[in-house]
Amino acid sequence: MNDETKYMLKQLAFYTFIFVVVAWIVVPLIVATLYAFAAPKDYYDPNKVIPLHFTAKYVKTILIHLGAWEAIKNSVVVALLTIAISFTLGIPAGYAIAKFIFPAKDTIKLSIVALRMFPIPVMAIPLVILYIRLNLIDTRLGVALAHTAMALPFVVLITSSIFAGVATELEEAGMVFGLTRLGSFLKITLPLALPGLAAAAMFTFVMSWNEVFVASVLTLSHRTLPAQILSIMAGSSGGAAPDYYKFAAAFIMTLPAMLFVFFARKYLITMWGISLK
Amino acid sequence: MVEVRLENLKKYFDKGRVKAVDGIDLTIKDGEFLVLLGPSGCGKTTTLRMISGLELPTDGKIYFGDKDVTYLPPKDRNISMVFQSYAVWPHMKVYDNIAFPLKIKKYPKDEIDKRVKWVAELLQIEELLDRYPAQLSGGQRQRVAVARAIVVEPDVLLMDEPLSNLDAKLRVMMRAEIKKLQTKLKVTTVYVTHDQVEAMTMGDRIAVMKQGKLLQVGPPAEVYLKPNSIFVATFIGAPEMNLLDVTVKEDEKGLILEGESFEIPLPEDFTPLLKDYVNKTVIMGIRPEHLIVEGISEILHVKRRAKIEGVVDFVEALGTDTIVHAKVGEKIIKIKLAGNVNVPIREKIKIIVDLDTMHIFDKQNEKAII
Ligand SMILES: Nc1ncnc2c1ncn2[C@@H]1O[C@H](COP(=O)(O)OP(=O)(O)O)[C@@H](O)[C@H]1O
Ligand SMILES: [Mg+2]
Repeated sequence: MNDETKYMLKQLAFYTFIFVVVAWIVVPLIVATLYAFAAPKDYYDPNKVIPLHFTAKYVKTILIHLGAWEAIKNSVVVALLTIAISFTLGIPAGYAIAKFIFPAKDTIKLSIVALRMFPIPVMAIPLVILYIRLNLIDTRLGVALAHTAMALPFVVLITSSIFAGVATELEEAGMVFGLTRLGSFLKITLPLALPGLAAAAMFTFVMSWNEVFVASVLTLSHRTLPAQILSIMAGSSGGAAPDYYKFAAAFIMTLPAMLFVFFARKYLITMWGISLK
Repeated sequence: MVEVRLENLKKYFDKGRVKAVDGIDLTIKDGEFLVLLGPSGCGKTTTLRMISGLELPTDGKIYFGDKDVTYLPPKDRNISMVFQSYAVWPHMKVYDNIAFPLKIKKYPKDEIDKRVKWVAELLQIEELLDRYPAQLSGGQRQRVAVARAIVVEPDVLLMDEPLSNLDAKLRVMMRAEIKKLQTKLKVTTVYVTHDQVEAMTMGDRIAVMKQGKLLQVGPPAEVYLKPNSIFVATFIGAPEMNLLDVTVKEDEKGLILEGESFEIPLPEDFTPLLKDYVNKTVIMGIRPEHLIVEGISEILHVKRRAKIEGVVDFVEALGTDTIVHAKVGEKIIKIKLAGNVNVPIREKIKIIVDLDTMHIFDKQNEKAII
């Protein structure tokens, strides 16, 4: 075997690997999308793998009659609230861990992560009781607070490593040249940390978007999308929904998150491009 | 422009375990270029950061003129700083980096533009104004940092080893440029370095630091010719000053320095200076460039000489200089001769000591006696 064929084989192996990875992710998405719009007779026809007749009926039914559209709005609000609250609390904590030396720093860092070891179902009943007392039950703010509790440890750890990556001297230069400590943080450290913070925001958004247990337990009329879909598919119709409804629901769940990540990713790359060059 | 005065300045870290700066008294005159020189870890950066306000002292006072600025935040001190890492903001173009301090101080837009252009021309970075720092070389980034520091015409300019990240050639060039710039702007400057050549060539005065304390402050020539301690004597000058243990003896003609394999009779003006050290061991110091090899080199204006015999052990030919390593007893003495001199190895030579450039140090406290 000469070098050229070796090289070709290596390339072939590499691209096969890439293809498998991409297919692993993309094929289910394509299948879900196809079946979401498939007419039932095509879907149940054993001779047709790829449906030929399409209808938007089931997607529409779920969106409009079964409340998924309202749930999407709830989900977006909850996710944005979660980002807002967890960043307001997490950024100062992350900054402090990154830049200051204080007693018991490692213990604090560890306990932040350790909080996440609690299985959430264990806390479900006390949480519901607490929420009823605080009048937070069945509110979007309530779900956002619960999601914040879940996302905050990661936000603190991610932002602390982002801030640790921004040289302290850059911020100090800001202070020397006339800014206050806060001013220097806002005008110098924050813009430099922005790409990383955006990535953390994406992570938080997707986490909140996907979370189903807490949202189901804490809400009834203000359900987020996963909770609403779950109740449509499994609960309220008194049994399992037909398959094409499930695919329609899967399509509705993935599309907004995909769009969000897709646009955020583009924005992210331009930002990295500037600050990492 | 302002005079900077440090009074008994102290900074302890880790609850007093690390005495980074341990009681410094120093006055930097209005418009002076003061170099803070010392080995790494001696507290230079910490001192500079206290002058800038980025670090608060454990004890002591800092005055700018008559004003006590000890606890004033950096932004209210009208200072500028060139950081060792330059700290040029990566998310701003060069122009915005330089203009930023002016923007903060709310200069009108056309004034900002005028000043940025002025300083860019001064530092020859006009064609870089449109670039991001990541698109610049280390030397260019360093110029941007200097431009940003002088554009606001600060009262005090602080520089922390600004040349240490540059290659040797650029370093020599920037040394001269920064010095010229400072002379032109007449801004009170504190320049931190561990490089004694930088200190000698740039400073109006040099302050030598060791372990958080000031050892000696004076003009370069004074620190070089009259070091007050072994530390200062060996830290300044390359190759290092030769140090030899000698015993002070007395005979009928006067005092004698008795070494391992040589004796140096001293003229009588040394007697009052060394009378407390008779029969004690002291340390004799001679700079390599103040030594002569009989028959090979000569230095003008040497009035009083003494001879030591040695054997050539090794020769470093540097082109511009020749460093002869001569074995005297068990010790190696280095002799720096100008130019390219041919000295055969293992040859016996007579080393001539100029008694007026010789130093004598107390062996106990390492302070200079002569
Ligand atoms: N923030 C800090 N915490 C603890 N020790 C420090 C801190 N900053 C400096 N030091 C210590 O103080 C001493 C002087 O440091 P520095 O001023 O940076 O020295 P230099 O600039 O002369 O190399 C060193 O021993 C250093 O380890
Ligand atoms: Mg330093």
